[in-house]
Amino acid sequence: MAFITASWNPLGDAFYRKTDLYEMSWSLRDGLRDSLVAAAPYGGPIALLREPQRRSPSSRPQLEIYSASGGTIASFPWKSGPVVQLGWTVSDELLCIQEDGTVLIYDLFGSFKRHFSMGQEVVQSQVMEAKVFHSPYGTGIAIVTSSSRFTLATNIDDLKLRRLPEVPGLQGKPSCWVVLTQDRQTKVLLSNGPELFILDNTSCTVVCPPGLSPQDGNIVHMSVSFSYKYLALLTDSGHLWTGLSTLQEKLSDVDTKKTMAPKQMLWCRRPKSQQPSVVLMWDRLLLVVGVCNETIQYPIEDPCVLVGEMDGVRIISSSNQELLQEVPLVCQDIFKIASMAPGALLLEAHREYEKSSQKADEYLREIKEQSMLGEAVRQCVEAAGHEYDTNTQKSLMRAASFGKCFLTDFSPDQFVTTCRELRVLNAVRDSSVGLPLTHTQFKQLTLQVLIDRLVYRQFYPLAIEVCRYLKIPDYQGVSRVLKHWASCKVQQKDLTDDAIARAVCMKVGDSPGVSYSDIAAKAYECGRAELAIKLLDFEARSGEQVPLLLKMKRSQLALSKAVESGDTDLVYTVVSYLKNEMNRGDFFMTLRNQPVALSLYRQFCKLQEQETLKDLYNQDDDHQELANYYVTASYREKRLEGRLSLLQSAVDEYNKAKNEFAVKTTEDEMRLLRFQRKLDDEKGAGLLGLSLQVTMETLLSLGLHKQAEQLYKDFRVPDKRYWWLKLKSLAEKEEWDELEKFSKSKKSPIGYLAFVEVCIKCNNKYEAKKYVSKVTPEQKVKAHLAVG
Amino acid sequence: MMRLRRSHLICCAASKEKMAAHLSYGRVNLNILREAARKELREFLDKCAGSKAIVWDEYLTGPFGLIAQYSLLKEHEVEKMFTLKNGRLPPADVKNIIFFVRPRLELMDIIADNITSEDRHHSSRDFHILFVPRRSMLCEQRLKEQGVLASFINIDEYILDLIPYDGDLLSMEYESAFRECYLENDQTSLYHTAKGLMTLQALYGTIPQIYGKGECARLVANMMLRMKREFAGSQNQILPVFDTLLLLDRNVDLLTPLATQLTYEGLIDEIYGISNGYVKLPPEKFAQKKQGEGSKDLPTEPKKLQLNSAEELYAEIRDKNFNAVGAALSKKAKIISAAFEERHNAKTVGEIKQFVSQLPHMQAARSSLANHTSIAELIKDITTSEAFFDNLTVEQEFMTGVDTDKVNTYIEDCIAQKDPLIKILRLVCMQSVCNNGLKHKVMDYYKREILQTYGYEHMLTLNNLEKAGLLKPQTGSRNNYPTIRKTLKLWMEDANEQNPNDISYVYSGYSPLSIRLTQILARPGWRSIEEVLKMLPGPHFEERQQLPSGLHKKRQQGENRTTLVFFLGGVTYAEIAALRFLSQVEDSGMEYVIATTKLINGTTWIKSLMDRPESPTQ
Repeated sequence: MAFITASWNPLGDAFYRKTDLYEMSWSLRDGLRDSLVAAAPYGGPIALLREPQRRSPSSRPQLEIYSASGGTIASFPWKSGPVVQLGWTVSDELLCIQEDGTVLIYDLFGSFKRHFSMGQEVVQSQVMEAKVFHSPYGTGIAIVTSSSRFTLATNIDDLKLRRLPEVPGLQGKPSCWVVLTQDRQTKVLLSNGPELFILDNTSCTVVCPPGLSPQDGNIVHMSVSFSYKYLALLTDSGHLWTGLSTLQEKLSDVDTKKTMAPKQMLWCRRPKSQQPSVVLMWDRLLLVVGVCNETIQYPIEDPCVLVGEMDGVRIISSSNQELLQEVPLVCQDIFKIASMAPGALLLEAHREYEKSSQKADEYLREIKEQSMLGEAVRQCVEAAGHEYDTNTQKSLMRAASFGKCFLTDFSPDQFVTTCRELRVLNAVRDSSVGLPLTHTQFKQLTLQVLIDRLVYRQFYPLAIEVCRYLKIPDYQGVSRVLKHWASCKVQQKDLTDDAIARAVCMKVGDSPGVSYSDIAAKAYECGRAELAIKLLDFEARSGEQVPLLLKMKRSQLALSKAVESGDTDLVYTVVSYLKNEMNRGDFFMTLRNQPVALSLYRQFCKLQEQETLKDLYNQDDDHQELANYYVTASYREKRLEGRLSLLQSAVDEYNKAKNEFAVKTTEDEMRLLRFQRKLDDEKGAGLLGLSLQVTMETLLSLGLHKQAEQLYKDFRVPDKRYWWLKLKSLAEKEEWDELEKFSKSKKSPIGYLAFVEVCIKCNNKYEAKKYVSKVTPEQKVKAHLAVG
Repeated sequence: MMRLRRSHLICCAASKEKMAAHLSYGRVNLNILREAARKELREFLDKCAGSKAIVWDEYLTGPFGLIAQYSLLKEHEVEKMFTLKNGRLPPADVKNIIFFVRPRLELMDIIADNITSEDRHHSSRDFHILFVPRRSMLCEQRLKEQGVLASFINIDEYILDLIPYDGDLLSMEYESAFRECYLENDQTSLYHTAKGLMTLQALYGTIPQIYGKGECARLVANMMLRMKREFAGSQNQILPVFDTLLLLDRNVDLLTPLATQLTYEGLIDEIYGISNGYVKLPPEKFAQKKQGEGSKDLPTEPKKLQLNSAEELYAEIRDKNFNAVGAALSKKAKIISAAFEERHNAKTVGEIKQFVSQLPHMQAARSSLANHTSIAELIKDITTSEAFFDNLTVEQEFMTGVDTDKVNTYIEDCIAQKDPLIKILRLVCMQSVCNNGLKHKVMDYYKREILQTYGYEHMLTLNNLEKAGLLKPQTGSRNNYPTIRKTLKLWMEDANEQNPNDISYVYSGYSPLSIRLTQILARPGWRSIEEVLKMLPGPHFEERQQLPSGLHKKRQQGENRTTLVFFLGGVTYAEIAALRFLSQVEDSGMEYVIATTKLINGTTWIKSLMDRPESPTQ
């Protein structure tokens, strides 16, 4: 344990350390020499293209993809054009930028996804250099062509190419350049000899970093920090200038006394860095230059590649991988020799306790006297998070746990969370998984993304373990993993549809939030329609099945599923789809087998397509409805002839439907209409369209008694109703003599009380009295009362 | 001025409180549902940042009034409201235009017209659509065809299936439900019902027992059970509030809505029509009697009153038989004037203070009493008329099975007098139902009379009534209505209107069949009436829904069970009154909450089944 500091090197008032991450499990024949290498941050994958410039078609270069620990993920011969630059997107996709400006995108497993071009003009002028950069907007690409023009794409998923203005006096490529993201703008900083330019959308500006004089020489290398906040410039005289990337402020100016340009130069800092530094790499030397002017030198044996991380620099060689970082403050406090920090004392106390030594008590007492035990526990837990070695983690956590025992009211949250997170981190750091994430990176990346990355790398069991262990709600956790697993499973070409469907169903079961339709859609995308249908059968939500079934042209099945769901809107949707897809005959036949859909479609037609409605009834031999249809239609017809002919059609259909009553009344109606028309023509009576009763009423009020009488007889109007009608009509017109005559024409079918009452209503007591005597004995009282 | 405004605001706040109060008095706090609906509305409104104007599908304004007043909309920057109609939208200086519409194709065409007539150069307004109660692919497709779909920033749905109407009453306010189900074989309303019941269960717990009678009930239950499977996994961890759900098809009991309701609330609805909880009354009786103003002109605007249980007096008398309302009102009048007399007894400052603090409540009670006395007078004028009496006599004859197989002279006379067609249809249908169908000769006679008197165009309406089973020719089978009537005790000779001891008081003798079924289900159970159930249309069934362990209710001694009775196709106020009566019967051990697609009466119900062909000349 005492040796922890053995790998520490002081730099200013801080320390730097190198931690072994992996013995690389790859076996590279020629090491990293002559290869294009791209390694993604956050412990991402490594892509390697050997001898990219070799152009002979007989021996194509090999493109290889490895996990961060060197495990082979994919390997295939490169068949496209010469590649200038490789890079990774934020979602672990490989970008291969070719000389002609074409960018090819591959997934982690080397399957080609898509491609795009950096612009037509590039095809002519060729890409000289390219850089892949990350910003809040996603992954971007910047290129410079042999005609010294820069083109930028800030987000390759939403491709908008921007050709930057010309740089005055620039011939060929600049001596060095970087991409900066500032104030939501992406710019290029470049040097041409001693001059420094900022290139943005519209202009090219000469800039002078404060405190860097032209005497310091030409700028040959530059580097911007992970957060785009800091900038380092190296001149050919070996001067290293560091400052803010806004070029507003200088941090330091160090003379490295190296005049040879380094192969790579990167910032090495961490959040709340005490002593940020710049790492320069030559063939045999790694130089860490602190802003405090001090340096650390590490010899190098093999060619290496440096990968910048948010909290350090990873050094990958053909045989192993290390993490170079500033020792976090809390670790310094605890492990620094002779440290008296509470955490250090607690660790010591626990160590003594394990040896059953009473010194444990002394140490504890010392911390408690300063009331620093809580702080001590906190320090140990935090430090454990920063340690890579599991034994160190354990001893720190045990010490923390030991210290906790002497505290009351101490929230265990931090302890518990860190324990869990460390277990997860240790699992994913394992060489077989190869995600060497630090705790700081993990926090930045978030658990969700980590799970996504595990899923993407197809470590399904591990991802599920992680979800279960961290008790992530199924909906965001296990279900999501299973969904991805299933989508991947359906693509397995060596398995039969049945086997896959069974496997998927067994694993996924009823997991909430896993949509079988989504999985089925994936299967269909891969050309496995049969499998898709099998999978859809497991879908509980019938509504979800429909859109895919339609897409797969299983319209009949879609229709029955829609009907099953009870969602009429869905049924309508399928029906209107079918209507466009099928010929009319087939369409009607299909509907016929689905009564629910058929009646909905009828409703639709009633409102939107009257003509189709007729065809539908015709097809079903539904004469009754067809007749009703004609009746409705007749009312829309302005001309009497048209109306009559439609009513005749109705009569025909009612006849076929054996609805005698309807036949009779419809014929009556036609008769009435003709009669009304005739009278309208002769007398201008305005009768057309009135009911029989109202027609008679009108005729009576016009004094056309004979015609009214005729209707009464022709239409066999019941006596009672006719008598009422005539009684009221005569009384209203005060034709009292006529009324009396009428009352005597025969025995009244409505009795004579009605006569009394109607007369009274018309305020004629005198006439009323005439009828009292005729009222039946049982109604006589009422009659007398009415007359008064 | 400022002060006036503030007091106005306080008034608003107070009335808002009151508005919700009537929902929470009951056994089940339906306010939860209302609050959930309000929350969703607020969330949607906030999605459209900035000032807004709402364009309303007019049909929705009534139901929405039960959820949110204008004040809520105003708080969320709704500045203008328009009615949806063709042509250009009225000018409004707002950032957002939101269409609140039902998913209907004809409405989509109007919206499209609105949008295409919009002045594109001039306006930079954002358009949104809120579909109530559900989005529709068909409608969106139509908007797309009209080329306006892309004009909408937000297309959302506002799931408003069951609207809390009163403390024990939920309504979907879905007017055409019965027609759609029984005439058009369109189950849209049933789908919405099932969805609404799922929402209800999400808020009030899974209902462990489901009973049902009728085709539609069966379909709804099936959909609910399937939807439950679809949501498998997201277990509902709420202690169930409802013990039982009873789904009843309206066509199981076609008779009840045809009869004239005789409760106070039922009569208000029969005569004036209650719509979305409001009634409009003739103004004459409500003339303001203010001192000093003398006899000004009578108001001409109808008097609009809100009717719900928040009003103490109304809650007391709404479900009484109208013949018992007079006594209740005069008793109340005595209590109120006695309370006002108290002031003479108030001697000490403390007593006076006490009296004054009760004044607002007493004054509200007094004005409520005045209102209901006026309404009761209005109704009494009608119920004491000869016409009302004659009509009721015929109804009761039919219900007791007197001469239902012959042409009825009263109906004949009414036709001859050209009484309103709906009245005739109600009576004819009632006779048909009470006779299990009419003889061919009788039916044809009625139909001919109707067509000759009211016009041939009613052919389609008659056809609809036949399809719905309200009017049917007698088939070979025996008239089973007497058996049903006797077994279910549908007619009680000695109905006590003043102090009822049976639900038959709501129709002064006739006990609504639907409520008898509900009552028997609670005790002794449907097994005792298997024979009769078979005579009524549609299957009857029982389903159980598994509860997650730990959610089984431990019932306290004497604690009542709660049943949700869902009437598919509508329910009348009298039926509701009967259920409330059953809830109050001391040893029943059951409390009822009522849900329905729509509150109906015979008139609105028949009207929804009528078809009038449009003629081009009119």
